[in-house]
Amino acid sequence: MTPAIKIEQVHKQFGALHALNCVDLTIEQGEFFALLGPNGAGKSTLINLLAGLLRPTSGNLSVMGFDVMAQYRQARRALGVVPQELVFDPFFNVREMLRFQAGYFGKGPENDAWIDEVIESLGLTDKVGTNMRRLSGGMKRRALIAQALVHKPPVIVLDEPTAGVDVELRYMLWEFIKRLNRDGHTIILTTHYLEEAEALCSRVALLKQGEVIALDSTKNLLASIPGKKLRLKLSAALPANLQDMVRHQEQHDYTLSLNVINQVEYVLAELRSANVVVEDMQLIEADLEDVFINLMGRHESN
Amino acid sequence: MNLINQRFRGPWTLFKKEILRFWRVSFQTVAAPVMTALLYLLIFSHVLGGRVEVYPDVPYTIFLIPGLIMMSILQNAFANSSSSLIQSKVMGSIIFVLLTPLSYLEFFLAFLSASIVRGLVVGFSIYFVAICFIDLPLIHPLFILAFAIAGSGMLGAFGIIAGLWAEKFDQMAAFQNFVIMPLSFLSGVFYSIHSLPPFWQKISHLNPFFYMIDGFRYGFFGQGDISPWFSLTVVLGSFIALSFITIGMLKAGYKLRG
Repeated sequence: MTPAIKIEQVHKQFGALHALNCVDLTIEQGEFFALLGPNGAGKSTLINLLAGLLRPTSGNLSVMGFDVMAQYRQARRALGVVPQELVFDPFFNVREMLRFQAGYFGKGPENDAWIDEVIESLGLTDKVGTNMRRLSGGMKRRALIAQALVHKPPVIVLDEPTAGVDVELRYMLWEFIKRLNRDGHTIILTTHYLEEAEALCSRVALLKQGEVIALDSTKNLLASIPGKKLRLKLSAALPANLQDMVRHQEQHDYTLSLNVINQVEYVLAELRSANVVVEDMQLIEADLEDVFINLMGRHESN
Repeated sequence: MNLINQRFRGPWTLFKKEILRFWRVSFQTVAAPVMTALLYLLIFSHVLGGRVEVYPDVPYTIFLIPGLIMMSILQNAFANSSSSLIQSKVMGSIIFVLLTPLSYLEFFLAFLSASIVRGLVVGFSIYFVAICFIDLPLIHPLFILAFAIAGSGMLGAFGIIAGLWAEKFDQMAAFQNFVIMPLSFLSGVFYSIHSLPPFWQKISHLNPFFYMIDGFRYGFFGQGDISPWFSLTVVLGSFIALSFITIGMLKAGYKLRG
């Protein structure tokens, strides 16, 4: 099967800055894929290259088998992009804007039923006649997502879709994106919320300084972190000999990272001998954040 | 709409959107320039009417109206493409067009045609208001139409260039005030360049706006400073040259696709 996205040996340079350095990435059809990385890692550059908003310095990118440069018409028809910024055209209302957007892709009145479906699924029905300018931030975000879907693209890229939205909307968008994926759309998500990638995505690429430093299934990445975390609420400060293990601290609430599970006994023994009482205790599995920090750190020390 | 098949629906939609964009704010984009032109007409014909006769048997008001119409056509054609582009660039909404399968040529044609339409709508509006008060001759309507279309097309293309180049409203205002305004005011709208000293006459011949105004005016009362055919050649030549530059910039993705 043709991969949804194929990125081969892609370099992108802005002057002296290497925004992307030899990126290779293949995303299969139907995948739910996360692109993670700190600010400036090259996530948006990669998306902009796929969308044709930027041109690669070298290398090839294709969407559903269509080269984004040579076959840009087919490639762009296959791709829906939800930009990160809340951009909008202030002259039009939601429905007009969606119909225009569909029209740019050659879709006419026969497509209106689909537009109405998108409007309804995103909870925009009450706002179809409202000028884009008058929408709240959350509504603008929904409209942006609708705009990326008007031409029924098989591949959908969402650049930080839940940045700055409230919890309720975030869960609503998660459900919506999951449904799109179930309906067969390939989803590529960039996000700062590692929790989001963990909850939704089956595979993850981790970018740092323009390079892919990890590419694996979410499950494997989580399994690559052997340790667990121990969260403690103590009556007094943590003894000095345990300070090495501290990951996070807030007054007498500590999160310690454990390499092996039987370190719990050691920690408890040390606390007892220091006469520190454990008021509450939780053992937590590693999450994507640990993977992220671990890999970022490892890459740094290399 | 059924006539427009899928192949042309993309550029047609962009064209329609560009038309609707200025029509939504037609007080500013149509009514205001008509008002301005009529004020010029009122003031200049009051001050100079009866005192100045540029061509024999042509009253000053009759001389002035075609020039004012053409100047408004040109300024508005420029304003349409340039302001639409700078606005969508600054707001970021240009991305919605860039993400689509529209080619650079379709992009060009849609913006250009919308500019021509805006120019013609403003031009016709001034004409219709003017003929309510003044009996205006109409000797060569085809020349009038040819100059109106070629002139607004040229300025529409120029507007795209300015819109691509400018990164903020300030730069666009500079373009408008330091390029478009002097070129249009010094093109002989209010006077015949024959009344100028020889040096300034020569300078005026370098101004493409001069040919547009002179040829357009010829269409109304059959007199001009130079042959309308020569003017039409200059205008069409400039239109084609500017179009090629614009298309080249769009093809290269100048300030649009990095």
